Amino acid sequence: MADPKPALESLPLKAHAASLNFHYGTFQALKKIDMPIYDKRVTALIGPSGCGKSTFLRCFNRMHDLYPGNRYEGEIRLHPDNVNLLDRAVDPIEVRMRLSMVFQKPNPFPKTIFENIAYGLRVRGLNKRAVLEEKVEEALRGAALWNEVKDRLHEQAFNLSGGQQQRLCIARALATEPEILLFDEPTSALDPIATASIEELIAELKQKVTILIVTHNMQQAARVSDFTAYMYLGELIEFGWTDDIFIKPKNPQTEAYITGRFG
Amino acid sequence: MALQTAAEIRALIARHKRWDVIFGVIGILCLSIGLLTFATLFVDMLIDGYARLRPEFFTEFPSRRAGQAGILSAWIGTIMVMLVTAAVAVPLGVAAGIYLEEYAPSNWMTHVIEINISNLAGVPSIVYGLLALGLFVYQFGLGQSVATAGLTLALLILPVVIVATREAIRAIPGAIREAAYALGATKWQVVQGHILPYSTGGILTGVIIGMARAIGETAPIITVGALTFIAFLPPSPIKAEPPFISFEWLMSPFTVMPIQIFNWTSRPDPAFQANAAAAGFILVFMTLAMNGLAIWLRYRIRRNIKW
Repeated sequence: MADPKPALESLPLKAHAASLNFHYGTFQALKKIDMPIYDKRVTALIGPSGCGKSTFLRCFNRMHDLYPGNRYEGEIRLHPDNVNLLDRAVDPIEVRMRLSMVFQKPNPFPKTIFENIAYGLRVRGLNKRAVLEEKVEEALRGAALWNEVKDRLHEQAFNLSGGQQQRLCIARALATEPEILLFDEPTSALDPIATASIEELIAELKQKVTILIVTHNMQQAARVSDFTAYMYLGELIEFGWTDDIFIKPKNPQTEAYITGRFG
Repeated sequence: MALQTAAEIRALIARHKRWDVIFGVIGILCLSIGLLTFATLFVDMLIDGYARLRPEFFTEFPSRRAGQAGILSAWIGTIMVMLVTAAVAVPLGVAAGIYLEEYAPSNWMTHVIEINISNLAGVPSIVYGLLALGLFVYQFGLGQSVATAGLTLALLILPVVIVATREAIRAIPGAIREAAYALGATKWQVVQGHILPYSTGGILTGVIIGMARAIGETAPIITVGALTFIAFLPPSPIKAEPPFISFEWLMSPFTVMPIQIFNWTSRPDPAFQANAAAAGFILVFMTLAMNGLAIWLRYRIRRNIKW
């Protein structure tokens, strides 16, 4: 990371959460979260299990709308058009078309490699073979998977290894050229080598896209992110430059967590 | 110091393993009771009817003379009725199953409907026959036709198809569904592109098992008035002159395999018993073939679906 760090006020914003509350039925999972997401930077969400980091991430693409009884309050504004992603008037489908998500366990469709990546484009009505082929190749290159699969694009995706499957899921998320890429513990089901390749990929991707990543692995947060947010019991305890959080956290709770004294 | 010596532990294991053997034997006995009963029945029918299992048996109409009687009108009737049943039960059942799994809001209405679908599966088939007699035969004026029988059996197997569809859909992992929604798919796009293709194997299995049940149903078919003696075929669905396709067969009187068997077993002349045995053997064979097809289809389709 380039030192000295630029002033936060000078950095362009991609999104920000303002007074965000989230309820699963009667349980309040997120409490008054205010947080900036800087453009073309990696922001890591860390915290012990159940702290709400995945819940927060899943607010960004309105995944909670798929299940009954969930309620949002407050806003997540997407810049530059300043639309509130959580607004009832905003269709969650529109939100999901603009932001992509990579899940905890690789979840390729039981289709071919090609069709896995083409699916997001087909949903948008792109069906021309030539267009699809070009976009699929571009996405696979972006996910550093092209060389491994270019000769077997029409084989079933589940024949790939776990790490390849996860990169396929990243390619699938990239194919639709998202404004923000959401990662929900993307390496928790992978071995260390596959994890390293995903982390490398994230470092490369941030040149093109804003990334928000949930991780339970603090070393991973330290390695891949520019900013880190520490959450605990649904609250945002501390947010700042990753090396500030890890080297000189302001909040004693954050310090306790990152030094491994708890969590 | 150990809780038990090695010799004691070995004796203990030997004692515990004895129960494995005992249960294994009990299990095999239970299994053989079912299998042997069926095998005996099947072989017995084959022996009794073997002399009648010749090509002419399939190409002759029923006759007053046992030696000349065949099952032509019965097996063709069965196939026609099954076609109607499948054409009605599959779209209705699959659509209902998809609606309940993917679209229905989770409220008391949905729960009432869900419980009653399971109840419908338990309604005695004769009751469906009574319903069909009132509704299809008289109210809709379909008469004692192939269409009436097909619709009746479709009602009968509808719960089976709905339940099979729902189970096949529920077997799809939530993560796959979320992946599709996360790409901005609408419900219908998810159903069309994922839910339906991934559940086809399970749905087909359910459909075929339902059909295998319907093919042997006798009570509701008698109730709606299948003829027990029929010496002509329904009109052909394919015509030589335009428009080449005809649906007259739907309104034709008919008979089906179980009715034909029922008719023969109630005759005093013992020669007809051989016909009944032969027809019974063929009916069981048809059912087994359908179940075999279900297994093969499931295997074929699931080979390309893994998660």
